[in-house]
Amino acid sequence: MLVVDIVFWILSVVAIGAALGVVLVKDLFRAALLLVVVFISAAGFFVLLSAEFLAVVQVLIYAGAIAILIIFAVMLTRDVQQGNLPNRIQIPAVMLSALLLAALVWTATQTPWGLVQEGSQPVVDLVQTTAVSIVEDDSLRAVGLESPEEQQAIRQAGLADLLINDFVLPFEAVSVLLLAAVIGALALVRPRNQ
Amino acid sequence: MSLENMMIVAAALFAIGLYGALARRNVLVVLMSIELMFNAVNLTLVAMAKYVAPAGLAEDVVQNIGSVLTGQVFAVFIIAVAAAEIALGLGIVFAMYRSSGAIDLSDATQLRN
Repeated sequence: MLVVDIVFWILSVVAIGAALGVVLVKDLFRAALLLVVVFISAAGFFVLLSAEFLAVVQVLIYAGAIAILIIFAVMLTRDVQQGNLPNRIQIPAVMLSALLLAALVWTATQTPWGLVQEGSQPVVDLVQTTAVSIVEDDSLRAVGLESPEEQQAIRQAGLADLLINDFVLPFEAVSVLLLAAVIGALALVRPRNQ
Repeated sequence: MSLENMMIVAAALFAIGLYGALARRNVLVVLMSIELMFNAVNLTLVAMAKYVAPAGLAEDVVQNIGSVLTGQVFAVFIIAVAAAEIALGLGIVFAMYRSSGAIDLSDATQLRN
């Protein structure tokens, strides 16, 4: 438990420090690299939160694809604006952000969350960690699931099962959204004189 | 590490992203700040999925176990939407750069004038 806490605090300091760097550093290229640090520490948080599939997706999509796109954009537009300038609403923006932070922290600490019971947490962690893989018999017995019916129910739970049953409509909608975004991006950047 | 700590860290990331999106003039910094906010929301969703019990879990853990993955499904959708957002956003940045030669939001007044 202690190791988890130490890793959590290290990741928190790195993530918040790098996020502050993204918005405050003058050089845009450094800001983009600090953004990659935030993405990778978020992947570390996902591992701590027993969402290992999401950690891999985070590294592939955010730290891979999105970071590369942003760095490309920074390099292509570097000549027109040197640095990361503030605009005229500094003080209202800081006040609004601080107010929102205070409200979120107050909500997070004051709400009586209906937490998972102590006894169920190992089962929940096992299902979340193995969301896209086959669960071994040994790991099922280790969390106290002996009967074949219970083991069968645990094996059937998974991200893919939810995506193609309960969430099939949003899943298809996201596919159409991605297609529309790709076509829209192509239409935006095509040469004018055609 | 607990639910509250994780949510406070995510709230800090979100507030930093909000400040960057409101108070910076460069379009690319605003896009990066929006990505920060997306990440903060994802962290909150996954933390909720791990620690908060969905309805029915207290009565029968095994039969309702599928619902503990709902938060991760939402995070997958948000990552897909963020990818679409950044593709379109950078397309708009390039269109703006080509038409006016600047990527400064304070100077982007073409639609207003």
